[in-house]
Amino acid sequence: MNELIPSFDFHRVFIEPWTQPGGGFIWIALMGFLVAAACGLVGNYLILRRMALVGDAISHSVLPGIAIAFLFSGSRGSWPMFLGALAAGLVTTVIIETIHKKSRVKQDAAIGIAFTSLFALGVILISVFASKVDLDQECVLYGEIAFVPLEETVKLGSLVLGPTSVVRMGIVTLVTVALILLFYKELLVSSFDPALAVSLGNNATVVHYALMSLLSVVVVSAFESVGAILVVAMLILPGATASLLSQRLPVVLGLTVVHGALSSVLGIHLASWLNCSPAGAMVVMGAVLFCLAWIFSPSEGLLRRWQRGRSSQLANVETEEAGA
Amino acid sequence: MSLSLAPGFATAAASFPRAHFRPLCAIVYLLLGATAHAARIGDISETSLWEQAVRFFTFQDPAVRYALIGSMLLGISCGLLGSFIVVRKMSLVGDALSHAVLPGVALGFLWNMSKDPVAIFIGATLAGLLGTAVVSLIKQTTRLKEDTALGLVLASFFAVGICLLTMIQRLPTGNKSGIDKFLFGQAAAIGSGDVKLMAVVTALVVVVMLVFYKEFLVTSFDAQFARAVGFPAQLIHYAQMLLLAFAVVIALQAVGVVLVSAMLITPAAAAYLLTDRMHRMLLLAALFGMMAGALGAFLSFLGNNLPTGPFMVLAATAVFTGAFLFGPRHGVLARWWRQRSRTLRVQRENTLKSIYHVLETREFKGEGVSLRELAERRRETLEEVAEQSQELRTHGQATLHEDGNQIFLTPDGWQRACAIVRNHRLWELYLTNEARMAADHVHEDAEKIEHVLGEETVRELERRLEFATKDPHGRSIPGLADMRKGAGASQRDELIGYGRQT
Repeated sequence: MNELIPSFDFHRVFIEPWTQPGGGFIWIALMGFLVAAACGLVGNYLILRRMALVGDAISHSVLPGIAIAFLFSGSRGSWPMFLGALAAGLVTTVIIETIHKKSRVKQDAAIGIAFTSLFALGVILISVFASKVDLDQECVLYGEIAFVPLEETVKLGSLVLGPTSVVRMGIVTLVTVALILLFYKELLVSSFDPALAVSLGNNATVVHYALMSLLSVVVVSAFESVGAILVVAMLILPGATASLLSQRLPVVLGLTVVHGALSSVLGIHLASWLNCSPAGAMVVMGAVLFCLAWIFSPSEGLLRRWQRGRSSQLANVETEEAGA
Repeated sequence: MSLSLAPGFATAAASFPRAHFRPLCAIVYLLLGATAHAARIGDISETSLWEQAVRFFTFQDPAVRYALIGSMLLGISCGLLGSFIVVRKMSLVGDALSHAVLPGVALGFLWNMSKDPVAIFIGATLAGLLGTAVVSLIKQTTRLKEDTALGLVLASFFAVGICLLTMIQRLPTGNKSGIDKFLFGQAAAIGSGDVKLMAVVTALVVVVMLVFYKEFLVTSFDAQFARAVGFPAQLIHYAQMLLLAFAVVIALQAVGVVLVSAMLITPAAAAYLLTDRMHRMLLLAALFGMMAGALGAFLSFLGNNLPTGPFMVLAATAVFTGAFLFGPRHGVLARWWRQRSRTLRVQRENTLKSIYHVLETREFKGEGVSLRELAERRRETLEEVAEQSQELRTHGQATLHEDGNQIFLTPDGWQRACAIVRNHRLWELYLTNEARMAADHVHEDAEKIEHVLGEETVRELERRLEFATKDPHGRSIPGLADMRKGAGASQRDELIGYGRQT
């Protein structure tokens, strides 16, 4: 067991990463934050629309899209990957709808069938064309965020912007934030009251497919860093934690971003202590933050519930005594 | 290249010279070598597909036997348990449970640093059950909905598992373990100990299913009734979850954590499309699971050390697609065919009705109806009407004369025409008399219902309307006597016309 868990050394865990030459650590932290923020913001709307598991499905099923894009373009270019992922995301949605509408199989089973099949197809493509596709099974499972500082940097004139994937993720995050600000009202209405949205003239199908497209793009740009399955955590954990702390959507969106930042930085410290997958560690810290919110939330935490339950019990006893 | 193999995260994170990656690559290479060894099927890359297939089917290699038997056993138990979660609309609970077992697998491995089937079995089962318990706890104590709770638990548990796995792989003994095979499955890594465990668990699942079939059935389809008649529904639910966890855990080795939920859902969903009886669904699901397992093991054996899980899943998906398209009752083709023949029948009946109307306007004088008359009545072109009359002829409801310009109804066609007009007018009368609808509002409704009213309903309507003979618009409702006119004509040599009075 001693071998498994290295001894805790404050300096090594908390100081060293920040003072290392080259500043590679900062890029990892920034990448983690960007992934968690973009996924979390989109994820909030999935939670509101009870589509959390559609997010799960799409994050698995973009894999064949990415693999096929690799095979055709022969590179990790952004555009082929985005296109492949968009196509895969769309195909998933269509398959789920088709199975659900054309047969008596229920939606949950349809989701389960669609994404496992596509994911299986993706894994087989990656295994069979291993020499041609620069992706491996481990990357699919938990990403390669630690290699972010080793990537080529993007330069704008003489200004060095940062590693390619961080810049790409940054752009995706900015676009996500911009879209959410721009269509804030439409998303709000269609998520909380679909009937009202239709009567106001918003096209529910367009909003649905736009959200799915945004989801596919966010998922695919996060994919390389955190892998297919941990993306699900990035989608759901921030929003779920935030919604335990507030009922107002603007506050929830703000808290989502805070959760993303905290879990990213804490996760990386955990990973440098335990020497494990940083993406996994980020999610673990995100889950720890969720548990804290679950227990200590001032409005509806477990402690608050327990306290309320006890005081109402006491009140009952008092009234009974008074009655007697 | 995976991070898990890096000598240390902190060093990998810092940007350091490329040379440091050499040992890393070496470790990757070693791990791949260890994998091939773990597969125990030998040097596969040198042989052709055909030789591989022959080797598979001669069953000489014990590894092949174990892989095949194991894959079929897991198919049976997953199919049986999967049927219940599919009909209970809990498919994604299976997904969450199967991801949540990963930390248990890692802890089971750490127990004595080896791939001990029993330790991993216990660890994984406990982790899976803990996962489902956390899901229901979150549902009970927060505002979060079930889908969010499932996704949250699934991903968080999986992340803990990933952290543990990457820590194990860093250990000096960890590399040779083959524990990474639990992610995507490798049937070739199934050993004799695994097969024994799988056989025991599958036998347990089958026996429990046989003994408690009634209890499982009632709680799955009508939980309230089950409680009312005194079944311990909660206890049965937990028993099902426990068995589900067992089925998932024995499938891990061959299918892998990521895809095991497909072995629960897909064969059962395919069976669900083919039958309406639970016991048949269970049998079919077990059969499909077994087929998918065997086929997946075979296909992955053909390739060079390919993961087994994805192949099993695609085999199951193929079965599902077959059932989805060609299922005799619920298949897409069968539905399409039924819909098409219904549309054609309605079209024929509308033509018959128009012919009746033409005959009615000239007070049933003369036998044949010309195409032109019919076209005017239906407000359609001559070609369309000609096509419709051909359709009637092929179904024996009319004969055509004078180069197809004159349509004569056969007794069959006449009776059907009478029946449709009767249905229409009876329904109009019923709506105006009993439902108090205005007479000019009832036509549209009657247009639809005339094609689906059964004989029994018609008798009931006639009784309620006291055998009225006039519809709300004052036209007479054809009765049995009118129909018989046609029947009498069938005794003549040539079947023409609705029949004159003989």
